[in-house]
Amino acid sequence: MTLTDTTAVTRRSRRRASSFGMAVVRFVVTVVTTFLGLLAVTFFIGRVVPIDPALAIVGDRAPSHVVERVREELGLNLPLYQQFWIYIKQAMTGDFGISVLTTNPVMTDIARVFPATIELATIGTIIGALIGVPLGVLAAVKRGSIADQIVRVIGLIGYSVPIFWLGLLALVLFYAKLGWVAYPGRIDIVYEYTFTPQTGFFLFDAIWQGQWDVAWDLFRHIILPGGLLGYFSLAYISRMTRSFMLNELQQEYIVAARAKGLSEARIIWFHALRNAAVPLVTVIALSYAGLLEGSVLTETIFSWPGLGLYITNSLQNADMNAVLGGTIVIGAVFVAINILSDLLYRTLDPRTRSR
Amino acid sequence: MSVLQANEKPYSREWLLSEQPTSRHQARLGRAYVIWRRFSANRLALAGLGIILLLILVAIFADVLAPHNPVQGDLRNARLLPPGTAGYLLGTDDQGRDILSRLIHGSRLTLFVVVLVAIIAAPVGLIIGTVSGYAGGWVDAVLMRITDIFLAFPKLVLALALVAALGPGIENAVLAIAVTSWPPYARIARAETMTFRNSEFISAVKLMGASPFRIVLRHVMPLCLSSLIVRVTLDMAGIILTAAGLGFLGLGAQPPLPEWGAMIASGRRFILDQWWVAAMPGAAILIVSLGFNLLGDGLRDALDPKEAGQ
Repeated sequence: MTLTDTTAVTRRSRRRASSFGMAVVRFVVTVVTTFLGLLAVTFFIGRVVPIDPALAIVGDRAPSHVVERVREELGLNLPLYQQFWIYIKQAMTGDFGISVLTTNPVMTDIARVFPATIELATIGTIIGALIGVPLGVLAAVKRGSIADQIVRVIGLIGYSVPIFWLGLLALVLFYAKLGWVAYPGRIDIVYEYTFTPQTGFFLFDAIWQGQWDVAWDLFRHIILPGGLLGYFSLAYISRMTRSFMLNELQQEYIVAARAKGLSEARIIWFHALRNAAVPLVTVIALSYAGLLEGSVLTETIFSWPGLGLYITNSLQNADMNAVLGGTIVIGAVFVAINILSDLLYRTLDPRTRSR
Repeated sequence: MSVLQANEKPYSREWLLSEQPTSRHQARLGRAYVIWRRFSANRLALAGLGIILLLILVAIFADVLAPHNPVQGDLRNARLLPPGTAGYLLGTDDQGRDILSRLIHGSRLTLFVVVLVAIIAAPVGLIIGTVSGYAGGWVDAVLMRITDIFLAFPKLVLALALVAALGPGIENAVLAIAVTSWPPYARIARAETMTFRNSEFISAVKLMGASPFRIVLRHVMPLCLSSLIVRVTLDMAGIILTAAGLGFLGLGAQPPLPEWGAMIASGRRFILDQWWVAAMPGAAILIVSLGFNLLGDGLRDALDPKEAGQ
């Protein structure tokens, strides 16, 4: 009896160890194949879709020996799998080629502009979470009331509105008519030469250096695009918060807490929200990834010098290296956030761990 | 019994609501009727349906409805007239074209994009999902890995890059959006397939000698359709917004086509003084995608009462 028990235990622990090993293997396979897939798609877009990349560079009036030389330089005469292999090796070292527009390596350009996009998306997510979560809780608690309907309509409009159009209208209203915010751009031209940022996250730098007038100017620039992205993520976050909270409020521990005589506010904001917070973390992370992408159109409207504006500017000038480099970077960050939020969910929720 | 009752009262709805349908036809009609009753109890969903029906009607009768030519304007007399001017209800743009007429004709392009993306992406997702779910094993593993890879990509940026490579144009925009929107459909179809893959009716069909091909095509796919339709309807708004975004960046429909996103882009230059040139097409996009969202929400609640109100 005891013997079989111990063998069962060792067998179980061995199985657990191997299942942990399997989980790690599966995780690594997921990460590697996803990034390889991303590179395969961008490779396909850059090398296979255009009729002839060499012609795209030299133009269709170039003599044939020039075209042939460019084909040779680009490695276009190699078999496709060899080209892909070279492409992967280059991408791994951050080499996405030279931007035709700025004549810098694409990676240098991206390193310069990316902090602006991260700053904008972070402000947007903070606004979206700070307003969206309470709204969602309110809607769940007062289910079916006027407040619930209003939150639902706010969310639905957020899902349905073209963000670039809303941005244009907001600019007309708050900048041109009311003069509450600064003109499109990131920083006033007065401060552009006197302010030296260290990290690339201007708002953080200005506050760190104690330059409050610069911080105020930066705030007046970021509040409109940041608020717009915030509205975008608010729509998603409030809807998901409502659904998670409705789920929690039906649980029996809520009844137990009520029977214990806890105040309703404590039950809602402490007990229920804490349990709803676990999936909410994933939702907020995903909406952050969504904002990185949503910033492409927003940055175009607000002349925000980030990755989105860089990509659209390069698009207008047929600078495919820059476009694909930007796509890979946004895609990689997007994939990384997806994977991280999945891991975070597993660490935060004990129920997913024991299995 | 129920048939007899139906014969006694020819206009009664009891025949539809009968618990013991006597024919397949009756069961189907009855189910559709119950779904319709649930759907039509939701006023917002009905409003959404109304908006979409209106969009379809406007697109069909665009030639009759539009008061002016959508691509050729009156440059001499009618440049940038404000809304409410006699003959130009929503004003005119910088080339003297009536904005209302352009919106009416633009509804065709919107519908074209939405329908074509659905026709391309939904069957692809359905096939991949059902085959993956029914076959299981390594087929499932490989197909789902590919799906997850595509699911992890940023949709708009990928569509941007794809259109940039293919060259701007509405067909390429449709293709790019379709390439980025099939993965959720595959996931849904697979999840549905898994729930009844081992159920008795599938075993029965198998015993009768049906090939896997026939089982997936005739017995698995039809059961996945309802949740797929809901998801596609809910995605329509996103498709419209992506198409408008591509149009706004100059990558979608090319001028002089009255695509709504491109119309916003061309009105951007006059936004401070002639706000209506950019504002009107944006309002049209908002209304139509709101309609699709309301319709999709209502369909989901009607087809899947478990999740109603969530």
